[in-house]
Amino acid sequence: MNQDKKILDINNLNVFYGDLQALHDISFHVRRGSITSIIGSNGAGKSTLLNTIMGINKPKSGDINLNGEKINGLQTNKIIARGVSMAPEGSLVFQDLTVKENLLMGAYLPVARKVREETLGKVYELFPILKEKEDQQATFLSGGQRQMLAIARAIMTKPQIILCDEISLGLAPVVVKDIFKKIEDINKEDGTTFVLVEQDVKRSLRHSDYCFVIVKGKIVMEGVSSEFDEAEIMDAFLGMS
Amino acid sequence: MDIIQAIVSGVLLGGLYALIGLGMSLIFGIMKLTNLAHGDLMICGTYICMVLAANFTGNIFLALLITIGVMVLLGFIIQNGLVNRVIDKGSGPSLLVTFGISIIIQNLLLQVFGADAQAVPNTFSSSNVISTQYLTISSIYLLNFIVAVGVIVFLSIIMKKTYFGMAIRASSDDATAAELMGVNTKRMYALTFALAMATAAVAGLLVGMTFVFYPSTGTNYLIIAFGVVVIGGLGSLMGTLVGGIILGLAQLLGGYFFGTGWQLVVAYIVLLVILALRPQGLLSKAVRK
Ligand SMILES: Nc1ncnc2c1ncn2[C@@H]1O[C@H](COP(=O)(O)OP(=O)(O)OP(=O)(O)O)[C@@H](O)[C@H]1O
Ligand SMILES: [Mg+2]
Repeated sequence: MNQDKKILDINNLNVFYGDLQALHDISFHVRRGSITSIIGSNGAGKSTLLNTIMGINKPKSGDINLNGEKINGLQTNKIIARGVSMAPEGSLVFQDLTVKENLLMGAYLPVARKVREETLGKVYELFPILKEKEDQQATFLSGGQRQMLAIARAIMTKPQIILCDEISLGLAPVVVKDIFKKIEDINKEDGTTFVLVEQDVKRSLRHSDYCFVIVKGKIVMEGVSSEFDEAEIMDAFLGMS
Repeated sequence: MDIIQAIVSGVLLGGLYALIGLGMSLIFGIMKLTNLAHGDLMICGTYICMVLAANFTGNIFLALLITIGVMVLLGFIIQNGLVNRVIDKGSGPSLLVTFGISIIIQNLLLQVFGADAQAVPNTFSSSNVISTQYLTISSIYLLNFIVAVGVIVFLSIIMKKTYFGMAIRASSDDATAAELMGVNTKRMYALTFALAMATAAVAGLLVGMTFVFYPSTGTNYLIIAFGVVVIGGLGSLMGTLVGGIILGLAQLLGGYFFGTGWQLVVAYIVLLVILALRPQGLLSKAVRK
């Protein structure tokens, strides 16, 4: 693949928790402007992978490149400043802060803070429900609204790429559909790249351009989502676990 | 003493108590850290202020400004250099660190100043604003109350209206998420401790202007701060004011009804009753999770 089409390029990543190796020699890439999904079951290492990209976990070896520049070893705030943002597992909204304050926290770093009013306006256009509830504490939001807030908060950092960790978890199918639709809209309009980590095979294939399958800390398959055979992935899940 | 007098004095004293508890409330609210050295750090501020005013500045307010600077720096160093290193290991180790700081401060003060009672000389403590047959209000009590309310309101505004305050609250709410927004949460904790020490410097000066003090007085004020924080609702700033006033009222009304010897007993019975009825404090949000 053409080098400059890769926004994120990860090579031979090994990550440990103490003695337990959570990621084995992971290599994968994300094309600029794409929606790329990473499918894996419970404990496969999906969150570990995203947290490592964000600089929360430190890899033992391997490298992570953003736009061709190495970002592993940088502190999280530096990585965010370079244009990577995450909607973490379980949304992790600031429950005691209002919806608006949550969004403003997304614009904490100087570059984003300068243009926060403008970005806020855009985010409210995308998610009118958040505008409606801007003065309410986030603790009063529904599960779906929290996920929207987590994505919106990630947008407030002015990212080139947003990593979403299981944003569909525990949500009703209609709500999930709504959220994925928003992601497709944002992707089309702004060209923001998305990495969607999910457990649900069918849904992941339907909503992404490209897809990787992770089993027990290893990438076992990859390919264009529309050409993937769902049954083959299920076999991979079963065969290895 | 008249009951009106007891009520007025109780409320005013409560203001000072609130200010004493404010820093402790802030540290507990944000870091879930019980700072056992809070009283001693405050009294340490009192001594610094006393020495500065007597030997260098000749002016109490200039002395206070410098003391605030010193205490802010001290607070930052304590959190950054000591507590931050153990804060991820649960509440036990951090508690021990603050206990160690408490012992060090008490002994240092004893070595440097001796065990004698001291006071910060000032004109407020010897004059009255109101002095009638029925009611006397001393200038220092009124000053304490006004300054306390001022500091609490000021701090609330910082916490509510500034990016800095918002980042502190966010760090307290969910440290991982705050890091994901680019916040250095440990730095925020250090700044929180520093801010708490700024309030302790003000409280320390007022305490020194109002009452006598000696190296181990900090322990008494730790207990008061603890009462204020628990009654008011752990970590709620406005709750701190309410907690202080309740404690001050309980103390002086206890003295009015049962005699001066019963003041503190009554105050702490009130504390225990409130704890039994509303363990989360009067003004705190319901406990989550
Ligand atoms: N903080 C940690 N300390 C030790 N082991 C961990 C830690 N976090 C995760 N692990 C282990 O690492 C492996 C990968 O976990 P990870 O959370 O990355 O999986 P996941 O794919 O995100 O799973 P899920 O779908 O449940 O979110 C698991 O075996 C897990 O038990
Ligand atoms: Mg996970």
